[in-house]
Amino acid sequence: MKKVNINADKCKGCGLCIDVCPKNILQFSNRFNEAGYNYVECIDDESCIVCKSCAIVCPDLVFTLNRPAKQGAVNG
Amino acid sequence: MTVAFKKPESLLDTKTIYCPGCGHGVIHRLVGETLDELDLREKTVGVAPVGCAVLLYDYINTDIVEAPHGRAPALATGIKRVRSDLNVFSYQGDGDLASIGMGEIMHAAGRGENITIIFVNNANYGMTGGQMAPTTLPDQITTTTPKGRNTSTDGFPFKMAELIANLDAPVFSARVKITDPKNINKAKKTIKYAFSLQKENKGFAFVEILSACPTNWGKTPSEAVKWVSDAMESYYPLGIFKDIWGEK
Amino acid sequence: MAEKILMKGNEAIAEAALRAGLKGYFGYPITPQNEITAYMSARMPELGRAFVQAESEVAAINMVYGAASTGERCMTTSSSPGIALMQEGISYMCGAEVPAVIVNITRGGPGLGNIGPSQCDYNQVTRGGGNGDYDLIVYAPHTLQEAVDLTYKSFEISEKYRNPVMILGDGALGQMAETVVLPDFKEKEKPDEGWELNGAKARSPRSAKSLRLAEGKLLEHNLHLEEKFKLISRNETEYSYEDGDYDVLIVAFGTAARVAKTSLKNLKEQGYSIGLFRPVTVHPFPYEELRKAASKSKKILVVEMNRGQMLFDVRLSVQNDEKIEFTGKPGGETFMPEEIENKILSCLK
Repeated sequence: MKKVNINADKCKGCGLCIDVCPKNILQFSNRFNEAGYNYVECIDDESCIVCKSCAIVCPDLVFTLNRPAKQGAVNG
Repeated sequence: MTVAFKKPESLLDTKTIYCPGCGHGVIHRLVGETLDELDLREKTVGVAPVGCAVLLYDYINTDIVEAPHGRAPALATGIKRVRSDLNVFSYQGDGDLASIGMGEIMHAAGRGENITIIFVNNANYGMTGGQMAPTTLPDQITTTTPKGRNTSTDGFPFKMAELIANLDAPVFSARVKITDPKNINKAKKTIKYAFSLQKENKGFAFVEILSACPTNWGKTPSEAVKWVSDAMESYYPLGIFKDIWGEK
Repeated sequence: MAEKILMKGNEAIAEAALRAGLKGYFGYPITPQNEITAYMSARMPELGRAFVQAESEVAAINMVYGAASTGERCMTTSSSPGIALMQEGISYMCGAEVPAVIVNITRGGPGLGNIGPSQCDYNQVTRGGGNGDYDLIVYAPHTLQEAVDLTYKSFEISEKYRNPVMILGDGALGQMAETVVLPDFKEKEKPDEGWELNGAKARSPRSAKSLRLAEGKLLEHNLHLEEKFKLISRNETEYSYEDGDYDVLIVAFGTAARVAKTSLKNLKEQGYSIGLFRPVTVHPFPYEELRKAASKSKKILVVEMNRGQMLFDVRLSVQNDEKIEFTGKPGGETFMPEEIENKILSCLK
């Protein structure tokens, strides 16, 4: 299960999430959604620290974020 | 894995018509989260403006009535007076609240109605294509001030949060911005506090939110967000201008 | 035996509304209906209901719109220039199908006019007044008892069709005092009828709106409103008429009809054949019924306290201009019975 889940269909390519990501793992993909927007993608899910900055600045509810279980938990 | 961030229950799962980078989407979410956290969704009636947020009922998962331009505080007054058990808020832009609706907001505030006002200030009339608003800055270029707002003929901007704070009845008036995660979180706390005041029957609460309008400002979303801090904030200081109940 | 009490028109209308289960009154002072606002300011809180003196008529109608969208019975009252300010709100309420009652105690116009009784708002309230294709249901009482009865039933009519209703009075009706029998107190029976904005608990959220941007949707909505008004016309058209073959058939509403009744009585005593067709709903207007009545009479005399407004509906109905005469009294003044009698006599020549 990924930490960073992006609803490409909702993204309007505003780029505000890219500006705030402290790990620089967000960038514009080279693809377009049905509305014609160049949507964002996460290039390194592993490095995400789930700071939620992207989701907080996103006006369009593009991001659903998951936090890994604590160490020692079975799966999650 | 636990869910760290997801859509609040109080928001509908719709693609909005707002422009890329427009602040409305963030503010809707903050209102939605607040309604969830204060358990208000099922007893809320919102009042939608005329402006970009006219389709509020497509986005917020509560009962919503569409007001004529500027009249939202009057509708909110009517609703709250006959159904004081309901949570009532209006959501308005600059033209709606500070221009055509100036009478309605001042009097609802003057009467101290137990309602919550969300005021989105993006220094222009968004929906109709970027005309001067009462909140347009001096020298700001808009489609009706092509040479920039001239204060000698067009007057000076209105600082609504301060004006409301100076009335006797309101119990809370504040201004926030939503330019970055830290300020968005502060805005959320402020909005939540404003709604909690209504929930506790403590009086009229007003929150002004400085918001970006990339399309009409002729800027990219990033540039527009920056302009809020660089240009708007010096005219519209952030802060709490009145907080009778004193918590924060 | 129901008690008759002497009441001022404005206060009788207010009391009738209260007894019909009014929950919210929002009004602004304007002569000649100020007694209503003052009466409500005392009675509504007494009954534990909502009263707000709004900051303007614009605000008042919008308070009604908001409050009524929750399903509660609400009302505002005003007079001509104030009603003009309410037209925006009325259009929105008709578009959003939110029921409520609006009372117009008409005064002289145009503009600030005077504070005398008039019927110069007929066009304003029956021909839109606000923007768009919509219909206000308009009752025109001619006595205080009729005003009480119509006000009392107006809330149910309004809710039945989800359409605002207007009680069209005038300064004379509002200011005069007559004995009336007041109806019993009742409450709105409140089954949730599927449109009220009362909190989305265990259901999908609802919206009250007149905006319909999606392709074809506004057309569809307008056609729906048209069908609704056809239904209202079939069911709720009201008029008063004693069938007969008259030499002159007076057509008048409200206070003009009331004065005309005296003229009619006087002339009948002298042996003249005079009738009166009195629309009680001026909108929907009793076109068919008037056409039938007019066909049996030699001359039609329209009597109005204006420059000729209902006159056009009469012409539309009768379809025979040669038969139609008119006498008008604009400027916030009432007729004297002799004036109408003289006009009737001149019609007979």
